[in-house]
Amino acid sequence: MLEVRNLVKHFGGVRAVDGLDFKIQQGEVFGLIGPNGSGKSTTVNLVCGVFAPTDGEILLDGVDLGAVAPHRRVDTGVARTFQNIRLFGELTVWQNLWVAWRDNPGHEQGWVSNWFGRSPARRQEIQQLLEFSGLGDKADHLAGNLAFGEQRRLELARAMAAKPKLILLDEPAAGMNSAEVKDLCKRVLAMKEMGITVLLVEHVMELVMNVTDRITVLNFGKPIAQGTPVEIQNNQIVQEAYFGSSDNAQGGAS
Amino acid sequence: MTYLLGIFQTIGVHTLLGLSAYLLLLTGQLSLAQVGFFAIGAYVSGILTVIFTWHIFPALAIGAFTAGFFAFLVGFPALRVKGLMLVVATISFSEIVRLFFFNLSWRVNVNGLEVGPDSTQGFREIRYFAANGWEQIHIVGLIWFVVMVVMVGLWWLDRVRAGAVLRAVGTDELAAQSSGINLTMVKVAAMTGGGVIAGIGGGLFAHSTTYVDHHTFVILLATFAVSYPIIGGLRSVMGTLLAVIFIQGVIVEGLRFMGDYRNLIFGLLIILVMNLRPQGLLDGHLLEDMKKLLGRLTKGEKADA
Repeated sequence: MLEVRNLVKHFGGVRAVDGLDFKIQQGEVFGLIGPNGSGKSTTVNLVCGVFAPTDGEILLDGVDLGAVAPHRRVDTGVARTFQNIRLFGELTVWQNLWVAWRDNPGHEQGWVSNWFGRSPARRQEIQQLLEFSGLGDKADHLAGNLAFGEQRRLELARAMAAKPKLILLDEPAAGMNSAEVKDLCKRVLAMKEMGITVLLVEHVMELVMNVTDRITVLNFGKPIAQGTPVEIQNNQIVQEAYFGSSDNAQGGAS
Repeated sequence: MTYLLGIFQTIGVHTLLGLSAYLLLLTGQLSLAQVGFFAIGAYVSGILTVIFTWHIFPALAIGAFTAGFFAFLVGFPALRVKGLMLVVATISFSEIVRLFFFNLSWRVNVNGLEVGPDSTQGFREIRYFAANGWEQIHIVGLIWFVVMVVMVGLWWLDRVRAGAVLRAVGTDELAAQSSGINLTMVKVAAMTGGGVIAGIGGGLFAHSTTYVDHHTFVILLATFAVSYPIIGGLRSVMGTLLAVIFIQGVIVEGLRFMGDYRNLIFGLLIILVMNLRPQGLLDGHLLEDMKKLLGRLTKGEKADA
């Protein structure tokens, strides 16, 4: 469903992403891993339109996202979370979801009801999403006052509020303890059950290895390996990229 | 009594100015263009009642509409920049408007009297109220009716999705954009709304003082406009009203014996608020406490009854 072709992004002389290709199938959880600075977050930002690519194409179900304005990409079906949590801290939990809410993606909603309406159906659906996220009793709390784990869950819920086909998770497990990571595993798999395709950028291997169907490993902006979690774990090149090569190892990392 | 009504008049007009800046501050944009919109509202509605002898209400409406229209036009280029650059861009706009009216000479003979804007001499004889038998109490009543309508409107806005979206943009533009919000559209809409509010305030001001000239519309007035919501806090429209009452009622009127030294106190006040209460006088915590207190009081009354 998401196809990235020869994606390139240069920041001055830095080649953050340097010829990246991958395809994500409908309904799968796709992992994008790699050492720090390998271009994972830049890839997410390119897909969301935070940056314009230097070269290459990003296609979502055949539609070239390059021609879609950043704020319109939600309506084509792409939502995201951020590496550093970015909630609307002065708004309530409920309002955070209300802002991002889409009644029926792909169909234009009535202008008045969208901006000023409070239909009971919408209220009920938002409340359901809050219950799903374990925030059902926190609807009227200010988002900025939530505990760290709750803020992560709210950000995930906000991405789901737009009813996307594809969710990009940018290091959702950063700073989480083991119990929270286990909870997150369940949530990602639940999203998959709901038919949402997931692109997961993550360092926490406990999450990556348990939920992904396929993984692409990046190093210096280039893909160095692709495969199932088990294949990636046993891949020589990946181990060298992460841990460096020993003197005896065959074939240097560079 | 006249003196007191005069203060009410000033507080009402300044509240409209403050609320126009408040609306745009919700989206995180600091604009000094409000005084430009205020001037457009004042001159346009004044010209309509004086030269074209319109009734006051359509004149005020057209003045507000024109100010809103210019806010809309200015919004697109101005809101592409942020922070200091937006301040510079909006100061430029206000100065252009001021200098335009400074040079505007449109003298017309109406009923044997030559009236209209007279460039450097200012725009005199905006005497609709006096000519139509309005007393000062009526004028103050009209101003405060408009203030109430605008305040209720902004209060209501905070209870619908549009208000949440404004605040979302003000909190985190990147997250708002990623949630599918068109930042330019939201900011220009807030700018336009602010222009309409400032424009109607300008019209009321021109007619209640009967005389405006370019000195009225200097940048100092724009700094007042943004300082009301900043001092009052952005949690509630009441904050802006309280700040206007405090600054115009207490500092400007109450300390009149201090002359121009009052401006020092005004500057000091802004620095103090920035440091001691960065969220404004009426911040979220205070509002929560007040709600609780109100809840307790009403419960107490019920228990008594």
